[in-house]
Amino acid sequence: MSDTLGTDAAIARQSQGTPRAGGAAKSAPPASPRASVRRRGRGRVRMRLEIAVLSGPAIIMFLAFVIFPVVLAAYYGFYRWHGYGPATDWVGLNNYKLIFTDPAFQQVLWHNLLIVVLSLVIQGPIAIVLALLLNQRIRGRSVIRVLIFVPYVISEVIVGTGWSLMLQANGAVNDLLGHIGLGFLQNDWLADPKLAIWTLMGIISWKYIGFAVILMLAGLQSIPDELFEAAAIDGATYWQIQRRITLPLLGPTIRIWGFLSIIGSLQLFDLVYIIWGQYVSGTAGTSTMAIYMVAQGRDAGNFGYGSAVAVVMFLISLVVALIYQRFVLRRDLRGAVTEGEIR
Amino acid sequence: MSATTAGSRRPAKARIGRSDRRDRHDRPKQEWGNPVTYFIALLFIAVCVAPVLYIVVGGFRTNAQITTSPAGLPNPWVISNYTSVLTSVTFWGEFVNSLVVGLASTLGIVVLGMMVSFVLARYNFRLKGAMYTLFAAGLMFPMVIAITPLYIVIKDLGLIDNLLGIIIPQIAFGLPTTVIILVPFLRAIPKEIEEAAALDGTSRLGFFVRMVLPLSLPGVVTVGILAFIGSWNNYVLPLYILNSQKNYTLPLGVQAFSSQYSTNTAQVLAFTSLAMLPALIFFSIFQKRIVGGLTGAVKG
Repeated sequence: MSDTLGTDAAIARQSQGTPRAGGAAKSAPPASPRASVRRRGRGRVRMRLEIAVLSGPAIIMFLAFVIFPVVLAAYYGFYRWHGYGPATDWVGLNNYKLIFTDPAFQQVLWHNLLIVVLSLVIQGPIAIVLALLLNQRIRGRSVIRVLIFVPYVISEVIVGTGWSLMLQANGAVNDLLGHIGLGFLQNDWLADPKLAIWTLMGIISWKYIGFAVILMLAGLQSIPDELFEAAAIDGATYWQIQRRITLPLLGPTIRIWGFLSIIGSLQLFDLVYIIWGQYVSGTAGTSTMAIYMVAQGRDAGNFGYGSAVAVVMFLISLVVALIYQRFVLRRDLRGAVTEGEIR
Repeated sequence: MSATTAGSRRPAKARIGRSDRRDRHDRPKQEWGNPVTYFIALLFIAVCVAPVLYIVVGGFRTNAQITTSPAGLPNPWVISNYTSVLTSVTFWGEFVNSLVVGLASTLGIVVLGMMVSFVLARYNFRLKGAMYTLFAAGLMFPMVIAITPLYIVIKDLGLIDNLLGIIIPQIAFGLPTTVIILVPFLRAIPKEIEEAAALDGTSRLGFFVRMVLPLSLPGVVTVGILAFIGSWNNYVLPLYILNSQKNYTLPLGVQAFSSQYSTNTAQVLAFTSLAMLPALIFFSIFQKRIVGGLTGAVKG
């Protein structure tokens, strides 16, 4: 299915490109056919040079600052190292043994898993329903789209600062609940260990659901109208159309959103660090692997141990990503991660 | 020129012809639709926007007002919180740092990303698949995961507490998204145009500059906006790299300000809302592009 959609987009883009480019091409002076033959003769070397010059800087940057650090982390992960001078205190797999036997790490791992699952379960259905609703012909659609995207555009620091002020025991949320007669719902949203993780989930959902809705809307708009028209002619009801046509065709979008959401949940850091900080997040039950890494690594001065935690996080993300791609994204990502669709 | 034409298009480009026709025949004027839809949409918008409004409006209150009635409206409205932030050297210093970092990162991401995407989309060579996979795999590993080792690399380069120590990694980490979004754009430029250009004596690089750049401008703008907003909001990298307050970017500044003046809630709110304003303005100007670019990326 994704193939049809892809072609659809490609065709659309072509039709957009052709007229202008055609005009530009006409204005250039015609060259003799011999010139183009000659060009092809020495073209190979020239082409290689062009490839090297054009792609070299990006690849070097990418290897040096994305790939190399990860390799470096794997190296330092085997050392007890405090960040100064060469690493000499080889400890083998000891760092990793410590990580996996540390109850604190097991706790943050559990929090991360909870956040992954809850993000999918809470945001997914709500986003799909909202996207279906907003995809109808209603007025002010573009304004709506901007407004629901606002929380996503604002930085985590600002979201965290704002919400932590609002959610304090004597903050705006409790005040508002008291005013509208829901005083019994007043709570210590941030400090109560039973509640804090749900508060976090609420803030995460608030921040990221706009992105999910926009993504779903984009996916909905790439479904050809003919399908709905044909179904309507055949006498399908609104809900039948949504269930039998829209949802299956929205599948690729939902699955890609799921992927982005999972990766995002596994690396959650900013929000928790801003709202709870590394110490309180431990007692409130909201700390994540990234918080653990920063606290045990840089802040404690144990860069070897911090690197090992980074490697563990990296491997967990890699395994999750590969499993997800293998079993969920099988068809959707054929072009992105395998050579398949590159022509 | 091409930017304006492209900007006014709806994201679902393929449907334009058809829906235009329908507009003329079936819908003489736009109908209002189901009231329930509006109700739910309004409710959703309220939930999304209210906390942001709280921050902005809260900046117009005094601390006494906030303490006595945390959820109330300003009465009277005071602008002293905003004026004192706007006249503070700290805020503007951090603002300029954020701006420098944002613009430099965006420029780097767009230029390098465009070059490598052009190669991936328009050249045939053996390692192409591997190259694409390399960048696509980069999508899976956001900066937070690599931050500890990245810090070590930046430290070895002597770029700690230097804005370059933020700009360079941001460019590297911005490349995967850029490649994923731009390659389909560049690949969609018909081969015929390239052949026509070659026939007319234009080199491949000439083709790149004179045809590809203008034709892919919508994609480039999308990538640029995402890069700028990403940089503007980045927190974890500055947290690691920048030590001295004069080098802080706004996210660090907001955090420092809110812990330093934790009793002065009103001013914290004012500082916070001024810090988010540029990204919001930038986004609302270009929002069509972001939504359109996402459409392209999702279709994969």
